[in-house]
Amino acid sequence: MSFETVIGLEIHAELHTRSKIFCSCATTFGAKPNANTCPICLGLPGTLPVLNEEVVNLAVKAGTALNCHINKLNKMDRKNYFYPDLPKAYQTSQYDLPICKGGHVDIEVDGMKKRIRLNRIHIEEDAGKLIHLEEQPVSLIDYNRVGVPLIEIVTEPDLRSVDEAVTFLRTLKAILEYGEISDCRMEQGSLRCDANISMRKTGQDTLNTKVELKNINSFKELQKALEKEEKRQRELYTFGEESKIKQETRRWDSAKGKTVPMRTKEDAHDYRYFPEPDLVPIIIREEQIVSIKESLPEMPAQKKERFARQYGLTEKEVDIIIGDKALSQYYEALVLLGAAPKAAANWILGDILRLLKEKELEADLIPVRPDALYRLIQIIAEGKISITAGKEVFEAMFITGKSADAIVEEKGLSQISDSVELEKIVEGILDSNPQSLKDYAAGKTQAAGFLMGQIMKASRGKANPQVTKELLDSKLKERLE
Amino acid sequence: MKIESMTAHEIRSGLIEKRFTAEAVVAACFERIRQAEPKIDAYLTLCEADAMAQARSIDERIERGEVPGKLAGVPIAVKDNICTDGIKTTCASKILYDFIPPYDATVAKKLKDADAILIGKTNMDEFAMGSSTENSGFKRTRNPWDLERVPGGSSGGSAAAVAAGTVPLALGSDTGGSIRQPAAFCGVVGLKPTYGLVSRFGLIAFGSSLDQIGPFAGTVKDSALLLEAIQGEDPLDSTSVKHAVREDYLSGIEEGVKGMRIGIPVEFFQAGLDSEIAAAIQESIERLKAMGAIVEEMSLPITVEGLSAYYIISSAEASSNLARFDGIRYGYRPEAFENLEELMEKSRSEAFGAEVKRRIMLGTYALSSGYYDAYYNRAQKLRSKIREQFREAFQRFDLILSPVSPVLPFKSGEKSSDPIEMYLADIYTININLAGLPALSMPCGFSAGGLPIGLQIIGPHFGEDRILKAAYALEQELGLPDRKPAI
Ligand SMILES: [Zn+2]
Repeated sequence: MSFETVIGLEIHAELHTRSKIFCSCATTFGAKPNANTCPICLGLPGTLPVLNEEVVNLAVKAGTALNCHINKLNKMDRKNYFYPDLPKAYQTSQYDLPICKGGHVDIEVDGMKKRIRLNRIHIEEDAGKLIHLEEQPVSLIDYNRVGVPLIEIVTEPDLRSVDEAVTFLRTLKAILEYGEISDCRMEQGSLRCDANISMRKTGQDTLNTKVELKNINSFKELQKALEKEEKRQRELYTFGEESKIKQETRRWDSAKGKTVPMRTKEDAHDYRYFPEPDLVPIIIREEQIVSIKESLPEMPAQKKERFARQYGLTEKEVDIIIGDKALSQYYEALVLLGAAPKAAANWILGDILRLLKEKELEADLIPVRPDALYRLIQIIAEGKISITAGKEVFEAMFITGKSADAIVEEKGLSQISDSVELEKIVEGILDSNPQSLKDYAAGKTQAAGFLMGQIMKASRGKANPQVTKELLDSKLKERLE
Repeated sequence: MKIESMTAHEIRSGLIEKRFTAEAVVAACFERIRQAEPKIDAYLTLCEADAMAQARSIDERIERGEVPGKLAGVPIAVKDNICTDGIKTTCASKILYDFIPPYDATVAKKLKDADAILIGKTNMDEFAMGSSTENSGFKRTRNPWDLERVPGGSSGGSAAAVAAGTVPLALGSDTGGSIRQPAAFCGVVGLKPTYGLVSRFGLIAFGSSLDQIGPFAGTVKDSALLLEAIQGEDPLDSTSVKHAVREDYLSGIEEGVKGMRIGIPVEFFQAGLDSEIAAAIQESIERLKAMGAIVEEMSLPITVEGLSAYYIISSAEASSNLARFDGIRYGYRPEAFENLEELMEKSRSEAFGAEVKRRIMLGTYALSSGYYDAYYNRAQKLRSKIREQFREAFQRFDLILSPVSPVLPFKSGEKSSDPIEMYLADIYTININLAGLPALSMPCGFSAGGLPIGLQIIGPHFGEDRILKAAYALEQELGLPDRKPAI
């Protein structure tokens, strides 16, 4: 008997707004604890929320990019629970009338296309952060994140493998990034994922007891957490012990590399949702939807198609470049400056990716700006330095941040193209290698290669290979006549 | 200077005509407080030094020839659930015993802008839950007309402060009658504006969809003056009404009631209504008729169901609004606790009073899964019906007239043991909040025992001008403002 995995994801993405959802505090990451707070987001008594309209616009944008139905009338609700990271003791969220319903994302796994349906997208506010001190029985609270706007994207249980789940999250992340809806910085928690996983006999359409995995902050964690839970459940099903699977919520502990129990169904919260009386219902006009749709930037799927067509890149090249918004922007900037599309791709897929990996940097932090790299490409094209030297120069640029010209100068790498100087070297080599000259005359053409090597050596690699080759050929001809 | 017999209008014009100074007004005001306050206990906090300083700065500006604000030099008391920057705001609850807001409520800011002088913060039922001010976590306030009796509630401190002549104006809040009922008990004018006319920013919430700040005054004209100063759209309150509202309630106030159609809902005059109150209201109806109003009996059958809807909705909202008081960030915190849960539990169980706990329990239950539809949802549907029935009524009538309270001011301790009896005292006021309508409470007579009787004038949404016209006409006809309690 075979079993299949059933996975549904809930993704929280912080919206790309300057101010918080209900007050004018900044949303910047990494500020001093509690610096980005005010009486409103601290929920001090008597304060009231005022909805940031940009939040609604971005949620509609997300809905449009993800093919959702936009509920022109929707509303905010209160989700009540006590926890110190929630200063009002309720989270303002959306319950039975979310801003977006339905929708789908098309993914591709092992060359197979598949459509993953969405259940809904709703708006809500983020909570603060609790910091438990290690040595003392003290917890500190940082409310900078409280009130940062989020959308929660909920899928239908359409994912059938861990691979599909990871690919879905990658695809979704790219859409949110390209749509300028969210920064999606998983390492900063601006994109977080919860996963529901269960098993069933292949071919059935029942939904069995599921386990919810929370607090997943990277693709690797998603993969690991799901794989472990999938393995555990599969074993229980295989031995007919599936009744041991309890509906529960488990938290991913990245330090331990495994999930730990959080709560069971019995102690699940009763959130006592009810409509937020401090806010009026959200009404979205048709014109608003139309103008947001029109303002939507090119989505990854369209971009892939265009890159392949316009730049003649292979599918694999396109996939890598488009897979990271910062890389694709870098690439297009380079091409726009005048770099040949193929060469530009080679730089990115070769040295740039290698150095990013070596230095553990994200693609939006490439230390060499596109115009600086383009200058290097020009220097190579002009024959001033060799391609090999170019790679060395690029690495130095990447590390020091200096310009290509400065590094070429510093390292004395510029090629000798000056024919007078080269002629001296060539004549000198020919004079000191009469045997090779004889060999060449006797038809042993590889003698020319040897001579070429001697010339490069004498010039310490700076001789322009093309000019040198032409010069050597003509000198050989001269001497044989 | 006898502050207890002066209106806000008289104080402002006296200042502008330089007959006296703001400093003298504030001094007289605190003189009166020293006489009355030991008997009444209307205030939780007094701001004498700040008030004197503000008075002197107003005097200087008048001296320089500046035209001061609409409420220049007028002493005002503010209910202690309205946030005042740098001044303790407690909601008469132990849980906020030391809370000093770092911001002004929008109304507090508007009062400052109008040059009114904040005299103090007034006592109330804890978190505005109650009808007698006996639920205050700090002290009991007495009714200036009979010190053994309650001033009503929840804005009992504000009503008593005005009735005792310590201030000509005060602010209260009204969720189910908390301005109108104490106004009736204390023989002053109290107005609950249309929901959305006055900003709620800085009002510590009880029932967010019902709460509304409004004026107390000794006269109808003074309440119109204060309403002018505090009303208007506020970008900090999403539920404040966007379109421009009338800013001048005084100019047409003397136009009279001739031709006005006034409805008398039979449901508001049934068993349980004190006979002396019924008689006084009847007398006012006759006077209005005599002045040319067209008065007719009518029916609002849905309103008999309002009480349960009110207690479910207000308690549900309160259970959520009051959840933030957990002892973690501000306010009361127990001395010893083992862990986070105990800190929150102890803070709440030690610092909230019995009535507040009762409403939190009621509201939590009404919102719980499995009960939501039967209680909260049903209450909301009923609320829509109430709103609709009033809307229909106001197609036929300009105003609706009724008693404020079915009972006269009762003795301290008389009803506090029976919450249901206390809730029934709200029967004529709560429907108005459910419908979001404006309504005014004004004195219309006295019982044989010398206790004030209140009358309620209800208007359509944003019909405050109409209400004030009728109230002013009746006030002039009855000539009651001159009658003052002897303290
Ligand atoms: Zn803030």
